[in-house]
Amino acid sequence: MDKIYQEKYVQLENVSMSFPTKKGVFEALKGIHLNIREGEFISIIGHSGCGKSTVLNLIAGLLRPASGLLLCAGREITGPGPDRAVVFQNHSLLPWLTCSENVYLAVERVFGKKGTKEQLLNRTSAALDLVGLSHAAEKRPNEISGGMKQRVGIARALAMEPKVLLLDEPFGALDALTRAHLQDELMQIMGRSGCTAVMVTHDVDEAVLLSDRIVMMTNGPAATIGEILPVELPRPRARLALAENTDYNHLRSEVLKFLYERHAKKAA
Amino acid sequence: MNVITLQNESSTSMNIKASAARPAEAEETSSTPALPASIADMNRAIEERAARNRQRIRDFFQWLLPPMFGLMLFTAVWALASYQSDGLPGPIPTWHAAVALFSDPFYDNGPNDMGIGWNILNSLERVGLGFGMAALIGIPLGFIIGRFTFASRMAAPIIGMLRPVSPLAWLPIGLLVFKAADPAAIWVIFISAIWPMIINTAVGVSKVPADYMNVAKVLNLSEWKIATRILFPFVLPYMMTSVRLSIGVAWLVIVAAEMLTGGVGIGFWVWDEWNNLNVEHIIVAIFVVGIVGLLLEQILTLAAKKFSYE
Repeated sequence: MDKIYQEKYVQLENVSMSFPTKKGVFEALKGIHLNIREGEFISIIGHSGCGKSTVLNLIAGLLRPASGLLLCAGREITGPGPDRAVVFQNHSLLPWLTCSENVYLAVERVFGKKGTKEQLLNRTSAALDLVGLSHAAEKRPNEISGGMKQRVGIARALAMEPKVLLLDEPFGALDALTRAHLQDELMQIMGRSGCTAVMVTHDVDEAVLLSDRIVMMTNGPAATIGEILPVELPRPRARLALAENTDYNHLRSEVLKFLYERHAKKAA
Repeated sequence: MNVITLQNESSTSMNIKASAARPAEAEETSSTPALPASIADMNRAIEERAARNRQRIRDFFQWLLPPMFGLMLFTAVWALASYQSDGLPGPIPTWHAAVALFSDPFYDNGPNDMGIGWNILNSLERVGLGFGMAALIGIPLGFIIGRFTFASRMAAPIIGMLRPVSPLAWLPIGLLVFKAADPAAIWVIFISAIWPMIINTAVGVSKVPADYMNVAKVLNLSEWKIATRILFPFVLPYMMTSVRLSIGVAWLVIVAAEMLTGGVGIGFWVWDEWNNLNVEHIIVAIFVVGIVGLLLEQILTLAAKKFSYE
């Protein structure tokens, strides 16, 4: 039984999604089939407006599909749950709580019944330690940089010890250097924790560097999965070494070709 | 600057020559060449400080003068009007009346003749009680209405219909239910203060960013945690606005309510002085009501700043 779930830990079966608008029903997604292995890192890439964030929100349980079935570990996803943590694009930290309190809120919810207050606090500081932010634990979100905020967001998600980590363009709002730094850190953390991850991105390099498979989506409306590209680069991966790697550059150009030749976004 | 350093160099070279003849004196003067520069620095510092002070004084007068002119103009118009009219007392008799009143604000000659201090305190107590109860009931109601669409739709017609009604229209109901004047006045304050409380709190709750609510959903927070960790801190500034608005309304209404109910209070006092044809005291009361209202507003604005998380 566990074997089956290892291969299809997260399962999307013929999922479609539509939103009611003033002009009628807008069909955002259609016929999405995707199986995600346990411990796999999946990137979803596509032009903006193709519904990649919608896929993530469906797995998170923040949205319910118009039709089709979503399963996690063999059970239907009917709503959000602590087994699927989300790192939001705009970090979504509560500005009136310190970094530590923001993480504690998540820890308390997931482990509150099992642990004492001291154990919960230890978990909180361990999570902040993991992203290298112990020194900023007592700071408020508006006192720290954008990169640090996003790290707290990651710490909050990881502190829940989720089965699946969902990342919605986690580094999109950061400058290139900070982004590279955080990508490296995320790679290390994911290597250690071994949890399954689904990341929405529009950054080709980020997708190739981090992923085991890249899911490339066609343009909406009624967007669907155009192609799935396996990234068989050995881990651990090093950014600098990969820049010269022919496989890496081949994969990179594959994604670029998909985005800019076959599914180029028409100029608005 | 260059001129000063040149002078320094020439004076040191002179000192060196002189030091051969009189070493003791040379030692004494060798420390002085640095002096002209330090004096210049000091002068500059003094000048800068003077400029800063001048600027500060100018700012102070720019802040002070327009309101002073406004008040002077107001007093002049008032004096002119009182000069032309028969019964309206001018600024000077009013001032004397005010001095007399405030020199003994807390005398007590029975319920119909008490010092102005007692009257103000009694009015403030009524406002405080009515207002406090309005906050106690209005804020949780606002939370519920803002959080749940069903409750909001349920409450919309009632609030929409009752809010525009003058709070004084509720006074007879208060008299009927409580069978006493004092609770009826408090009841009127309660009714006047509760609508801004409910509405602003509800608006605040409904404006909580979707991001924060998504966090709550993903973390699967309980309703209690959502209320205390997300809604309450976010809504606090809105609540402070509602408190400010409703204390303004309550303070407006108390004068009218007390005129009707009697007892000890600034509103009743105004009516009493009217019956005594003591118009100076009525004008003093108008100023007192205005100044107390202004103070309440200022205190709450300060409190609001303190509670803001940004």
